[in-house]
Amino acid sequence: MPILEVRNISFGYGLHTPFAVQAIDNVSFSIEKGECVSVIGHTGSGKSTLMQMLNGLLKPDRGQVLLNGKDINETKKTAAAARFRVGLCFQYPEYQLFGETCAADIGFGPKNMGLAPDEIRARVQKAAAIVGLPSEKLEASPFDLSGGQKRRCAIAGVIAMEPEILILDEPTAGLDPVGREEILDMIRRCRAEQGATIMIVTHSMEIAASISDRILVLNKGKLHLSGTPQEVFADTQKLHEIGLDVPSYTRILRALRDKGFDLPDAYTLPDAAKLLCRLLKEGGRT
Amino acid sequence: MIKDITIGQFFPGESFVHKLDPRAKILILIVFIVVLFICRNFFSLLLMLVFSFTAVILSRISPKMIWKSMKAIVVLVIFTALLQLIYNDKGDVWWKPFPNGSFVITSGGVYGAIFLIVRIITLILLTSLLTYTTSSTLLTDAIEKLLTPLKWLHVPVHSLAMMMTIALRFIPTLLREIDIIMSAQKARGAKLDTGNLGQRIKALVSVFVPLLVSSFRRAAELATAMECRCYTDGAHRTRLRRMRLGWRDWLAGGVLLLVSATAVFTSFYPIGSTLIFQAVIS
Repeated sequence: MPILEVRNISFGYGLHTPFAVQAIDNVSFSIEKGECVSVIGHTGSGKSTLMQMLNGLLKPDRGQVLLNGKDINETKKTAAAARFRVGLCFQYPEYQLFGETCAADIGFGPKNMGLAPDEIRARVQKAAAIVGLPSEKLEASPFDLSGGQKRRCAIAGVIAMEPEILILDEPTAGLDPVGREEILDMIRRCRAEQGATIMIVTHSMEIAASISDRILVLNKGKLHLSGTPQEVFADTQKLHEIGLDVPSYTRILRALRDKGFDLPDAYTLPDAAKLLCRLLKEGGRT
Repeated sequence: MIKDITIGQFFPGESFVHKLDPRAKILILIVFIVVLFICRNFFSLLLMLVFSFTAVILSRISPKMIWKSMKAIVVLVIFTALLQLIYNDKGDVWWKPFPNGSFVITSGGVYGAIFLIVRIITLILLTSLLTYTTSSTLLTDAIEKLLTPLKWLHVPVHSLAMMMTIALRFIPTLLREIDIIMSAQKARGAKLDTGNLGQRIKALVSVFVPLLVSSFRRAAELATAMECRCYTDGAHRTRLRRMRLGWRDWLAGGVLLLVSATAVFTSFYPIGSTLIFQAVIS
């Protein structure tokens, strides 16, 4: 049984006003335990709305969200409980920090769960270690941290609830390359060490290709494409239709192939690098 | 919840009311309100109601939006009407629940209550129409223009208008920000919508601290951006759109003057059928 299953959900904003928008239109998919799934799409494609329906913050107008086979919107109580079971980390989460210390901020979620102080402390330590926040920073004010550290502190606040699924909305937006790599490393560590199930919303094809088992492409609230990175990026035509593209290095490989080099497609940076290195060594056209 | 707030919301359009000069609209509203409170009988009140209804129809704003702004004042209207009903003891006694007459419903109370309800509804109709049909930029431009005489008294009219523009501009931005922060904290289990009153108030700290921080950040960013464009206070800028009074403004103003004059006149010199309610209201 998939850990999370979404069945034909739809959601509209401002219905019955002049500004009505159908944000999500009949979307279905499922996520298996331990999977990492990326959601890509343009601004306004409904990604953020979709995420908020997965943890019960928004209730779909139609359709169901099943967590371990049970509808999370069955009662108000189950919807409230789903917020702890599906950890949702919003875009620019550092703007939501408010605690006097990082530890207090990270412990906000566990505290709301009604855990004992000892348990909260243990979880804060663990979450800080996962995101790579130095333990001496735990007693500092979150507003004194650097940009990347703030981001990781905020993500730790969600991880500390130990959700069954972790959803990260644009976790690397606005970070420098180093900060971006740190976040991606953290996600890889989470998967390797904790076997975590993760969903990532992103604009970046490169991130989606390098980190996820599966990719969902959203366009104007509809599921445009879905599948493994290989499947999704093989369908270049359909990506171009909505103004998206394959990762930059895949484009380079394809351009070289058009020039007569014998190269297969590659969707992750290390794979592409390997192919290019081999090509350089062999040095010949076929 | 937050999305239901329509105060200060602008609905773009091309109607007669949209095309009126904002200065004319503000002046018309002021005259209208003054006359509305001079009105002393149902005939004159009815005239004013017809005037504002006509304006609503001409604006092509959907009745649903108008109803939304009405909903906000329902409690106020009912409350004032009840007070009228209870404390007004003029006119004939219509209902006497207690034999000793300590509490009576009189014709004056009933008419007074109806009169107040209609007066408030009329007032809200036209006032909400002003913000529905005028963008905040135009509105503050108009206010600045109307307040120009105060410049001679060294009142910083331009700065005040700029402050107002910025404040109005940031209402939707901050509302959206509150919405996002609330969602984010709810995702961490903040009891903003589920807990009891005490828990909810406590949980608000997790919303207000980030909101305050981001407001200061935004203010600093805006100040930098304005300085980068060499903003100085009170420089004589020309405008993209110059406000000019057109035939619509003269027409609307003329109709208003006609209606007002009739309303005021009949309030003090009632003739014919308008006489009926004169005694009970005043």
